[in-house]
Amino acid sequence: MEQYLSLFVRAVFIENMALSFFLGMCTFLAISKKVQAALGLGIAVIVVLTITVPANNLIFKYLLAEGALTWTGIDGMENVDLSFLGLLSYIGVIAAIVQIMEMFLDKYVPALYSALGVFLPLITVNCAILGASLFMVERDYDLAESAVFGLGSGFGWALAVVALAGIREKLKYSDVPEGLRGLGITFITVGLMSLGFMSFGGIDL
Amino acid sequence: MSSTKDVLFKPVFDNNPIALQILGICSALAVTSSLQVSFVMCLALTVVCAFSNLFVSLIRAHIPGSIRIIVQMTIIASLVIVVDQILKAVAYDISKQLSVFVGLIITNCIVMGRAEAYAMKNPPAASFLDGIGNGLGYSIVLLVLAFIRELFGTGKLFGFEILSVVNDGGWYVPNGMLLLPPSAFFLIGLFIWALRVWKKDQVEAPDFKIAPNSSGETV
Repeated sequence: MEQYLSLFVRAVFIENMALSFFLGMCTFLAISKKVQAALGLGIAVIVVLTITVPANNLIFKYLLAEGALTWTGIDGMENVDLSFLGLLSYIGVIAAIVQIMEMFLDKYVPALYSALGVFLPLITVNCAILGASLFMVERDYDLAESAVFGLGSGFGWALAVVALAGIREKLKYSDVPEGLRGLGITFITVGLMSLGFMSFGGIDL
Repeated sequence: MSSTKDVLFKPVFDNNPIALQILGICSALAVTSSLQVSFVMCLALTVVCAFSNLFVSLIRAHIPGSIRIIVQMTIIASLVIVVDQILKAVAYDISKQLSVFVGLIITNCIVMGRAEAYAMKNPPAASFLDGIGNGLGYSIVLLVLAFIRELFGTGKLFGFEILSVVNDGGWYVPNGMLLLPPSAFFLIGLFIWALRVWKKDQVEAPDFKIAPNSSGETV
């Protein structure tokens, strides 16, 4: 139990997807103008990450890794290494899950569906999602760990995007130099936030 | 002829994918702490972007609208796998340093964005050039960032010593801050500022005008 808790805290604060690995930056900057929208996207990211990371973990373990196909019982399968197909399969799984989720929400939870709106399909190309799956493979997580890792990194990303949206909502009332207005000052703000999050770096759990 | 040139060079400064279109920022920030690594990254991205544009444009008339994203993704993912395997075979060290970021070219919004916005509507040759142009626009930002970060962060360029560092008996005290994530954000912010001072029309309109002091006094 303790091990999962520390993994979660690590994923949220120390290895924050947005602020220390720069993943999902494009949507991060594009959507963070309003707290409301940022919150919607944040929730969508949490949900998708929590489902896709364990799903990709299963795919990797039972289909792609070296010798993973031994369970089929076919001769010679223990030498098959399909891990070079990893990227293609992960992105396929992500796209499929996002699509299924969209249909599911549309049918059963229309309120949430209309709240998420255009953000849901956008999530397919959010690098935080694919990045989390790749990190999961690189770090060799098992199923439970990858579920916790997915939830934690989604949570960290959502936290960062909502915090940035809060700052940007106030920022529009300040007198920023002309060329720095908009995107420029946002980058500087994110830089300062990332400095802040770096101070979690020393925590050892 | 001029339109070909426009397609190729417009994205470099006038419509830069990073500074203006806000695309592909993730990798721009993560790989720029060393010039060599970012150079390889730029090359990989330009190749993927150019060829994905080419292939998407070749079959654009046959892609059904409802599944176009998946078709584009498959093309891009296959190209990225090819690039990844080549990197692993030719330059293993660099491919280790890039770690997940080669894979993340798939979700690099530049590639996806150009396939969707340009290649779906234009003939193959122009799309190919558009891909190269956007790759160049991305590369120029990356290389400038990596140049600054590596030179002042470690005193080296491409691994060769330029400024002699204090630890080796030189005079230059390296600024370690530049190698850390936050400095990448600051530098991109400043880069955008510089670009917008030069190209005035890219300045964004303010959301909110500050009213003059109501009492009329100058502060």
